[in-house]
Amino acid sequence: MEYFLIIISAIFVNNVMLAQFLGTCPFLGVSNKLSTATGMSGAVVFVITLATLVTYLINKYLLVPFGLTFLQTIAFILVIATLVQMVEIVLKKISPSLYQALGIFLPLITTNCAVLGVALSVVTKEFTFGGGAAHMLNLGESVVYAFATAIGYGMALIIFAGLREHLELNDVPKQFKGVPIALITCGILAMAFMGFSGLV
Amino acid sequence: MSKRKLDIFTKGFFKENPTFVLLLGMCPTLATTTSAINGLSMGLATLFVLVLSNIVISAIAPVVPDKVHIPVYIVVIATFVTIFIPLIVVNCIVLGRAEAFASKNGIVDSALDGLGIGFGFTMALTVLGMVREILGSGSVFGWKFISGDGLLVFIMAPGAFIALGYLMVLFNKIAKKN
Repeated sequence: MEYFLIIISAIFVNNVMLAQFLGTCPFLGVSNKLSTATGMSGAVVFVITLATLVTYLINKYLLVPFGLTFLQTIAFILVIATLVQMVEIVLKKISPSLYQALGIFLPLITTNCAVLGVALSVVTKEFTFGGGAAHMLNLGESVVYAFATAIGYGMALIIFAGLREHLELNDVPKQFKGVPIALITCGILAMAFMGFSGLV
Repeated sequence: MSKRKLDIFTKGFFKENPTFVLLLGMCPTLATTTSAINGLSMGLATLFVLVLSNIVISAIAPVVPDKVHIPVYIVVIATFVTIFIPLIVVNCIVLGRAEAFASKNGIVDSALDGLGIGFGFTMALTVLGMVREILGSGSVFGWKFISGDGLLVFIMAPGAFIALGYLMVLFNKIAKKN
């Protein structure tokens, strides 16, 4: 039940992108085509989940016992950078076309604040789900939370890319073309997601 | 100041405004601009980090091996940032300028680039913060001039996107005239 609440909360109620603004740059950057958005979502799910697993363990068994928690930001960002480099190498081999399409946004997953944001918040923040008491997440919960957050991000990205593909075909006033109308659409999407608040 | 140096400094205000044109650093832009003063402080913090990281990176760039340059830059930025808000470390503006400008230019030029982009960012964040504060709580820099609640949605997430969208339209209109 606890896991179920974590998943619903991370995907819908506190959507990492639409409610917390984490990872906005790639969200706007790669959302003009559905296929690129899907590829990006896959890469982000992989990086967020794995990064949170690794950083949680590093924090618990290395940084905390030796009193080095002030190194959290630097240690975490290095783990993330390594993972992204790995994804880049793998993707270049198995799907050169997707690698081309993602372009600069692939190395920039390193600077996707959603990744660092999730990794940092599971080790520093207390969470409450449902009527339960506030508590720090354990390893299992952290990984499930990270995975669900990433799914929520991917979902928002794919929905938004779908909307943008339709927007391209519509008659939009000239000054609104491109990013401005996309931002306004995103605002309306965020408003729709606000409807989920109070669900868990 | 030579014309070229002046250009490097001023391009961040308009031609390469990080928020309205380059679309970099969107997360802090949207998340911190619930009021004018919050936007201004975030802008100034970024300005400071940007100038320092640009200076250091332009100084070390010639000796950093190409293969590891991104991790090295990130560590440099993280060192300046831990003093402030941990999340500026991943602010794409800082890394973006390191990669696109500081790694290829001299120290003075890089410092000017950091200053210009930083000012452009601060300006954009302050304006966005003002708009959201006026609409959302009927005040500006904490000075309340409309009694009662504002349109609360502008303080929350959807309002941030919508306000930025309309500001961008305005920016495009003005930029086109000039």
